[in-house]
Formats: sequence, C-alpha cells, structure tokens
Amino acid sequence: MSTPFLSVRDLKVHFSTEDGIVKAVDGLSFDLEKGKTLGIVGESGSGKSVTNMAILGLHDPRNTALDGEILLDDKELISATEKELERLRGNKMSMIFQDALASLSPYHTIGTQIGETYRKHTGCSKKEARTRAIEMLRRVGIPQPDVRVDDYPHQFSGGMRQRAMIAMALVCDPELLIADEPTTALDVTVQAQIMDLLKDLQQEFGTAIIFITHDLGVIADIADDVLVMYGGRCVERGTKKEVLRAPQHPYTLGLLGSMPSLDGPVDVPLSPIPGSPPSLLNPPSGCRFHPRCTFADKVAGNRCSGERPLLEVVDGRGAACHLTPEQKRELFSDYAAARTH
Amino acid sequence: MFRFLVRRILGAAVILLIISALVFVLFYAAPRDPARIACGKVCTPETLELVRKNLAISDPLPVQYWEWLKGLFVGRDYSSFGHCNAPCLGYSFQSREPVLDTILDRFPTTISLSLGAAVVFLTFGVGTGMLAAVKQGKALDKIASSASLIASSMQIYVVGVFATYLLVDQLHLLDRASYTPFTDNPGKWFSGLLVPWLVLSLIFTANYTRMTRSQMVESLSQDYVRTARAKGLSSRTVFFRFAWRGAMGPIVTIFGLDLGVLLGGAIITESTFSLQGLGMLSVKAVQNNDLPMLLGVVLVAAGAIVVFNIIVDTVYALIDPRVRLA
Repeated sequence: MSTPFLSVRDLKVHFSTEDGIVKAVDGLSFDLEKGKTLGIVGESGSGKSVTNMAILGLHDPRNTALDGEILLDDKELISATEKELERLRGNKMSMIFQDALASLSPYHTIGTQIGETYRKHTGCSKKEARTRAIEMLRRVGIPQPDVRVDDYPHQFSGGMRQRAMIAMALVCDPELLIADEPTTALDVTVQAQIMDLLKDLQQEFGTAIIFITHDLGVIADIADDVLVMYGGRCVERGTKKEVLRAPQHPYTLGLLGSMPSLDGPVDVPLSPIPGSPPSLLNPPSGCRFHPRCTFADKVAGNRCSGERPLLEVVDGRGAACHLTPEQKRELFSDYAAARTH
Repeated sequence: MFRFLVRRILGAAVILLIISALVFVLFYAAPRDPARIACGKVCTPETLELVRKNLAISDPLPVQYWEWLKGLFVGRDYSSFGHCNAPCLGYSFQSREPVLDTILDRFPTTISLSLGAAVVFLTFGVGTGMLAAVKQGKALDKIASSASLIASSMQIYVVGVFATYLLVDQLHLLDRASYTPFTDNPGKWFSGLLVPWLVLSLIFTANYTRMTRSQMVESLSQDYVRTARAKGLSSRTVFFRFAWRGAMGPIVTIFGLDLGVLLGGAIITESTFSLQGLGMLSVKAVQNNDLPMLLGVVLVAAGAIVVFNIIVDTVYALIDPRVRLA
C-alpha cells in the first residue's frame, strides 16, 4: 500500500470578499482509504462543506483561491482542468447534498436525472440509461421503481427524494462518495434507514465515504474515523471510539457535552459551548477556540491566545491543544463528573 | 390539461363580457351625445331622433348592450346600414363602415409591428442578459447592465423622432416608417417597419436584458444547478438545461403579457411613426365618440391580452411540472 486512496494535504480554501479574505479552510490534511468512512464534524461555518466542494472542484473560481494538494487515486485535483474534473465528478467521485428537494432539478424526472449522469459517463443510449435508473431506484429501496422513475422530485416524499439522490450519486459506482449532511433534513426513522442504506452500499462496493455532519449521534453510527473541524482547521482526529470516548480537545468535549446522552441520568442539563463560531474574516489569534474555551486560563503564559497549537498526529490520532496530557486527563474527567452528578 | 384550458377560456369569456359592459357604461357616462354630433349644425328634434335610430342608440342602455352582444353571435339588422353578419361589431359612427372590416384592415399593421419588435427584443434582450449573467461582475456585464438601465429610461416619442431624424433624414441609412402589407412586397414591408421595430425594441430589450440577467444569476445559484455540476455535466448543459430552464418561467410570463399589450395597439409607437394600426384606431375612436369602433378595438385588445395570458399559463405548465401536476 503506497499512498492512500484519498489524500488531502495542507488544503487552504480562501474566499476573497469585499471585506477581505475569508480563510474558510486553513491548512487541512487527512487521508481516507477505500471502504472506510470518515466523519467530519463541526459547527456551521467550520469549513466542512467548503472542504468537500473543493475536492469536487465545485467552488466558484472567480473568488476562491485553492492551495495545497488533493490526491484522489494519485491524481492531483487542485491543478486538474475543468474537463478532467467533469470526467471524475459523478463518476469516480460524487456527492449527496443535504436538501434533496432543492438539490434535485424540479424540471426533470427522477429517471432523467439519474440516467443523464450514467449517459454522460458511459455514453450509453437513453433506453439503457433508463433501465439503469430503474435498477438504481430499486437498489435504494424505492417501491415500484419502473413507475416512479417518471415522477418529478416534488412527487416524492422527503426520504424517497434522499434515496433518489443517493441513487443518482451512486449510478456510476463511484469510489468516493461525499455525503454533506444527507440526513439532517429527515426525521429520525428515515434517517436511520438512509444510514443503513449507505452502509449496505459501502459494503457492497467498497466505496470510500466522507460523511459531513454536526450530529455526533450520526457519527457514532456510521464513521470509522472522525475529524473535528473548528474555524477552518482540524482540531482533533482519531478513530470514532477514541474521539467520542476520550476526546483530547476542549471543543470536542464541548460538542459531546451539548448533546443529550441516553444512557446517563435524564435530569442532567445540557451544557452548550458558550459564545459563537469565530469570524473567518478576522479569526482569533493563536488557538481559534481560545475565546470560548473553558480551560484557556489553565495554560501558562497566554499561549492559547498567542501561539497556534499544532496538530501532531500519531497513528491517525491527535489534537491541536496546548494542554498537557496530564492536565487534560484531570480537567476533562472533572468536567465529565460534573455532568453526571 | 384539457379541463384547465376549458376553465381558462370560460374565465376569459367572462372577463371580456365585463370589459365590454364597462366600456358601454363609461361611454354613456361621458357628457357628449354622439347623435347630437352626427346630426350636424341644423338639428331638429325629429332629425336627432332619426339619427339615434340610424345609429341604433335610441333604446335604453341595457337593450343596446343586449343587441350589441346578440350581434356578436347571430348578426344584427340595422335600419340604416342593413344586415350585418355575425360576428357583428356594428358600424362606425364616424365612417359608417363595418367596425370589423376596419379592425381587420388595421390589425396586420399592429401584428407586424408587435411581432417584429418582439423577435428583435427577445433575441437581443435574452441574449445580452445571458451573456451578462455568464460574465457576472466583469466589464461586459457592467456595460450591458448600465446600457440597459439607460435604454430603459428612454421614451419612444423621443427616441423615435431622433432615430428618424438621424438614420432616415440625415444619414439615409434606413427607410421612413411606413406599412406595406407583407403579401404585397416583403422587402418594403421589412424596410418600412425596421425603424419602428428598432425603436420599440430598444426599451423592451433593456428590460429583458435586466430581467434575464437577474433570473439567470439567481437560477445559477440554485442547489440543483450545483448538483448538475457535481454530476459531471458540462457547463454548457448546466447553463441551458438547468439554469435557463429555471429562469425561463418569469421571462415567458412577462413576454406573454407584453405581447398581449402590444397586439392591442402600440399607441405611442404608432402615433410617433404615423402607422395606422389598432392603437391609432382606438385614439381616433375616443376622439370621435365612436362607440362601436371603441368597443371593437377594446374587445380585440382585451382579447389579445386574455389569449396571451392563457398561452403563458399553458407554456408555464409545460416548463414547470410542479404547475402542471398541482
């Protein structure tokens, strides 16, 4: 095994706006192997979606500057031409969006929309594309696919639309699937069905999945590895178990604390993270989380506001925080104890 | 779809009925008596009564309206003009000619003027609007946007006179505005209408440029356009099959309404270029207190608007399945 299937190295996505440069993603690196799922967690505006739009090359080139390296199966994507990207999109890598109603064209039938991706990349006939669309709808569990294939998106229910969206993304058996909050707009039972569907399809085809969400419960269900983003940077990464059970960054800890737990006592109040997400136009100095961090005063010499904590990754595990491992062990367990009593 | 059309056509008939009744009432609300005018300087009560009878305006208002309506469907007999076949719009008070004949005589001028201008402004308006949307924020977009803003604040009676002076009188590039039936001489038909087309289009083009640009810009930012790109479709496919499809609806709507209004008579344009179309006819009918002519022109104008409304709704349903299946 030489290089990983997908490798993102020091990715920077900067938007130029009238007010200045917005550093939406500021030096992000991660790897993803085939058949694995990487969960990317973070608040709105943390750079999750921007990262994935950059992988597909869907950013607006007029105001976006990309830097770094994105290697998909040894093919560099940042320097790729639009034509090269067109051949990859929907074919080798594809994307599922959050709002399926807005993301599907209201003017074309479900079958046309699924079929045209297939036709574009295989050059097959309309008839073959239609047959393929019906087969895909059947595979994602749409009842009567041969009838529903001629329906328009607004005739589908929310869950069915998301299934159709998945069918569309998977029609060319992509090797990389980016799912941008695919279940956020759905109710919980449908959400579970969609997750199961994605897991089944992944097992069948060995697809690599990047799953973007702000819902740690969803991460716990589907991800192998987790990457926590804050203010355009990765603050913590590791396996799902490591990150969720033993977080090493105060922000991850805060995320866990702001989520109700089913196995704990029911009367424990949630403890949301104080403050609001950082401005990316004028980000906080040092550690971008320090203005909201409960433990910033525990680090000597104002290092949190003065010096950017580096993300040192050993065996895929790491957190960007100035606290020493001893401090974390003590402070984090106190925090956890306070929540359960 | 069939039921939708039947419903719309019935609705349109009711609207036309109301409009014609309104014109009738408004006409008689005016203090001038058409019979008195037609009667002339030496007018005895007897002749006045005779004129009334001849013009078919001696009966009470509702009876007159009923006779007029009946004439539309079964024809009508006049004491002075004789029989008038259905659809009968009566005889002009002024020229004593059948109204329908006069309208049919003038309509081709208005149709030629409107459709020709529509071709010009739709082509250029939508074309520049699309270009501006593609080149969003760049020089071309800024030029197109500001030019259209200037053009849309122009007035036909100013531009028309100026264009005639410059292009026709001074530079001798184009012909003076005139109407020659297409069937008589297509070349003269074209050259005679070119200046009015260009002038009338100027203002419309500007509106269509701005509308197309804003619709396309909005449409291009839609999620489904992003999805289409994420599927690997080429930018051309994305632009025309997805973004333009979404932008079309409002443009078709406005276009249908504009065309309906234009077909009812482009009053200012026709006056500026002395073209004898429906617009001029309606102005004259008002000036002359010519009720049958006025009713006829209003009916045709309202009919054009109503018909194009139905066409717009039908086209809209074809463009957007959400309308069709709702």
